[in-house]
Formats: sequence, C-alpha cells, structure tokens
Amino acid sequence: MFRKESLGRKIFVIFNYVFCSILALACIIPLIHILAISLSDKVAVNAGEVLLWPVNFTFASYEHLLTEVKFFRAMGVSVLRVFLAVIICMTMTILAGYPLSKTTRQFAARQFYVWYFMIAMLIGGGMIPTYLVIAQMGMLDTIWSLVLPGAVSTYNIILLQNYIKSLPDEIMESAFVDGAGHWITLYKIVLPLCKPVLATLVLFIMVAHWNEWFNGLIYMNRPEHYPLQSYLQTIVVEIDMSMIQNVDPTLLNLTQKGNKAAQIFLAMLPILCVYPFLQKYFTGGIVMGSVKG
Amino acid sequence: MKEKKKKGFWRTIKKDGALHLMIAIPVIMLFVFHYISLAGIIIAFQDYKPAKGFFQSEFVGLENFRTLFYTPGFLVSLRNTVIIACGKIVLGIVVPVTIALLLNEMKKNGIKRVIQTLIYLPHFVSWVLLAGIIIEILNPRDGLLNQFLGIFGVEPIYFLGDADLFRPILWITDIWKEFGYSTIIYLAALAGVDTALYEAAALDGAGHMQKVWHVTLPGIAPTIVLMMTLKLGSVLDAGFEQVYNLYSAVTMETGDIIDTLVYRLGIGGGQFSIAATAGLFKSVIASVLIVVSYKLAYKFSGYRVF
Repeated sequence: MFRKESLGRKIFVIFNYVFCSILALACIIPLIHILAISLSDKVAVNAGEVLLWPVNFTFASYEHLLTEVKFFRAMGVSVLRVFLAVIICMTMTILAGYPLSKTTRQFAARQFYVWYFMIAMLIGGGMIPTYLVIAQMGMLDTIWSLVLPGAVSTYNIILLQNYIKSLPDEIMESAFVDGAGHWITLYKIVLPLCKPVLATLVLFIMVAHWNEWFNGLIYMNRPEHYPLQSYLQTIVVEIDMSMIQNVDPTLLNLTQKGNKAAQIFLAMLPILCVYPFLQKYFTGGIVMGSVKG
Repeated sequence: MKEKKKKGFWRTIKKDGALHLMIAIPVIMLFVFHYISLAGIIIAFQDYKPAKGFFQSEFVGLENFRTLFYTPGFLVSLRNTVIIACGKIVLGIVVPVTIALLLNEMKKNGIKRVIQTLIYLPHFVSWVLLAGIIIEILNPRDGLLNQFLGIFGVEPIYFLGDADLFRPILWITDIWKEFGYSTIIYLAALAGVDTALYEAAALDGAGHMQKVWHVTLPGIAPTIVLMMTLKLGSVLDAGFEQVYNLYSAVTMETGDIIDTLVYRLGIGGGQFSIAATAGLFKSVIASVLIVVSYKLAYKFSGYRVF
C-alpha cells in the first residue's frame, strides 16, 4: 500500500517537472526564435531554416540597423520619455501617498481625497474625450502628451500609502517631537525607509513607459516623434494579406525579416536588463497591492 | 453655528496645511488630465465638430446612442468583446491556479527558480513586440508552429487569416503572456496555508491528493474567490492592445471589439461623437461592474482598496 503510493508519487513528481519545464520553455522559445533569426544569415532565414539556433551566425542585421537613424531617434524619444515619466510620476505618487497614509484623525480631509483619487481610478473619460482634451491643450506632438496624462496613478499611490502605513508610528512621532514638520519628516524619515517600495515603483514606471506605444501613436503627428514601441508598431506589426491570396512567395518582402527580428530584440533588451531587479521586487509589490486586508 | 463650522474648517486647513499643500499638486494634475476629460464625455450627447469645440457644438440628446445601435458592426463588436473577455477570465483563473498548485508540489530548488523566472517574463514584454513575434511564428510559409505541425503532416495553416481561429488565438496568446505572472498571487496564498493543517491531515491518514483537496484548496479558496470577483469588472475588457496588433480585415467579424471600433470611428474616421458614445456605453457598464465587484469582494473577504 505504502509502496504503491510512493511509486505513484514518484511518477507524478517526474511528470510535474517535465510538464512545468515544457511550459517554461514555451514561454521563451518564441523569444529565442526571434533572437536566432536576428543573428542568422539572410539566405538561411528566407529558406525557413532558422529554428532556435542561429544558422551561419552573423551580425549583419544589427550592422544594417546601425544605419537606420529612425530606429535610434525613436529610441532616444523613449529614453527621454522614461526619464521624465519616472521623475514626474514618482513626485506625484510621493506627494499624494504620504498625506493619504495618515489616519483620518491625523488628516481630517483624508476621506475626501481618497474619494477623489478612487473615482478617478473607477471612471475615466475614455479614449476619445481624452484625446480631444489633449489636442485642445495644444499638447499633441509634444513629449508631454506622453508623460503628463498618466502621471498620477491611483494604483501607485495606494501601493505607497500602504507601505508608509506599515511603518512603525513611533519613528514619525519622534520626528514631530523633535520639531520636524511634514516636509522634513517625509524627506528625512519616511522616504529613506520606503526605499524598497520606491524602487518597485520606479521599475514599474520604467517598464510601463518603455512598453507604451498607443499614446505615442495617436498623440504624435509626425513619425519622427514616435517613441520606440510606437515606431516599431508601424514596422513590425503587419499582417500580410498576400498570404491568403496565394501570391508568389518570391515577390514578398522577405529580406526584412532579420532586420525586424533585430529591432524586436533590441527593444526587448532593456526589459531583459532590468528583469532580475524586477523579479526581486515585483513579488512583494503585487502582494502588497492585492491581498492587503 | 455656521460661523463656527467655517472656523473649524479653516482651522483644519491651517493645522494640516502642509499635507494639503503636498497633495494639491497631484490633485490639480488629476483634475486637468482626468476630470476635464471626464467632462469631455459631453460630446457623446453632442454633434461634436472639432471646429466648434466643446462649447459651441450642437446638443442632440440621446440621438448618438440610437445611431450607435444602428452602426454596422457595433453589436458584433459588443458580442465579440464579451465572448473574448469571458474566455480570458475563465482561463485567467483556471490556468494560474493549476500551475501554482503544480509549482507548489516542487521542492525549493534551482529548477523551480528557473521555471518561475521564465514564466514571468512574457508579462513584461509589450503587445507590439509580442505581436511581431506571434505574427512571425504563426506565418503559414515558414512559421515555427507550422514547421512543427508539418512534422506530423499537417498542411500549413494561416492562423491569423482565419476568422474561426482568431478568438482561440487571442485566448491562448493572452494566457501565454499572463499566466506566469498571475501565479504569483496564488503562490503567495499557498505559502500562507498553515503547515499544521497538513500535519494534522497526515496524522488522520490523508494521502497526497486528499491533502490537496481538503487542505490546500480550501486554504487558497478566499484568494480564488477574491480574484474571480475582481475580474468581474473586466467583462467588457477584451484587451485592446492585443486585438489591435493582431487583427485584420479577415478576422474583423470575430475579432473586432468595442475598443477597436471606438478607435477606428474616432481617431481613424473623425466621428468623435459616435466613438465617444460607444466608449461611454462601455465605460458605464464597466464602472457599474467594477463597483459591484469591489462591494462583493469587500463582503466576501473584507478586501479594501484604500
């Protein structure tokens, strides 16, 4: 009886490892495939020979990319955007998160502000009114249209205020006893203690703004103002109708494949670089935000 | 009396002055970029002309709603939205819970860590890049998937050019991107199950499956219920970014959703009023659902946002 179960258990354990490993592979095989294409010779790519390992290894696609000014200009827009977004969003989150972390007794108007931010999280104007307002303010075609509209994130504010609430009250009280006001307490006591959650928020904002493409597409009139992901949206995403109509495959524009793959991989690279840090922080971040009692 | 109340008000302003000053900046920002556009919803009740602006455009009452329901494609997009979103919600609960249970059976070792690292990754890649990759992998000429299926003698399939396959593709690629990340919350819940309960169950002679059934699942049930409730709010959220980057004229019939329709009518076609009406229709229902789901979540598990 006991032996039989332990055999079944062994089989399950092995199956479990195999199954989960296959799943994990399924998550990265597409990414590896793209990397392999970007590092392969054009002829091999067009013949469909490249699977998960580069065939006739070459950096040609990347060398070709170096000549594309548009790509790097878009990358520059994205870098600037991420930089501005981190500064502005973090300022907003801190300025709202600290007051909201107070109890109603400490900050009488807290409940009013809570509703003000909550309602903003629950209902929005939607794509069209937002677009028209941005347009009327004359912000179209400027980098501010990408940074300012989403600068106040209720979700981030909740995350920060929960963290500040979890800090021991005595620390802040002792600061007040020493005669420090709110600004000094925030700057000298609270923020240094909040480093983990601030790091999490910075990473979230960086990733979100690096990946954002839709606002870039609609708020920017000229392609040279596109951030990287919006630029790539116009390059990489095209569903080829000719495939259905049985057009001679040799007529299709296939030389682009390696080039596209290289652009996709380079756009993904910053995410991969911050990924270890992300992984370290986001588990805590999610749990903080989602299952708080 | 009134005078006294007023004094009390000014006193709190003075007492908490620094806090009011701090929060003023985000409050103003939110007003400018959120509440003004909220007021911009007014164009759903106007015949909005860009040249006339918000104030000069003619009021038409509910006329736009009537026009909307007669707009070809609106009801189709509504149906598609609900079907696509509901499929995603069901998969988005079942798959992560299952995987979290499987991962929970593994010992803490290198393999488990590597698996977790890999399955979280797609969540952080944008739909633009993923769509680029998916289009490449699914292409009928030499796409990776068709090459793989070719081994078993399957004729090449043009996955993204087939209306019948489009919704399953949306479901699968969405769960592929998000399942790993969604397991995090269930893994956290699993880690919180009291180990004493397992020991007690073992003393009572429970086998492994029985422990999962009688201890583990009840242990994480509150989390599952909470996540299900919170997902109620996304019944009309079929995933604009994903659909926009993967759909085409051939898959419009099964893949067009409200958000893509709003985009095409408004930004693409300049029919701002009708587009805003469609957006309003969606967001009213969505807001009600979200409020209901928050209320339910509070009732079931004392979940509070703030």
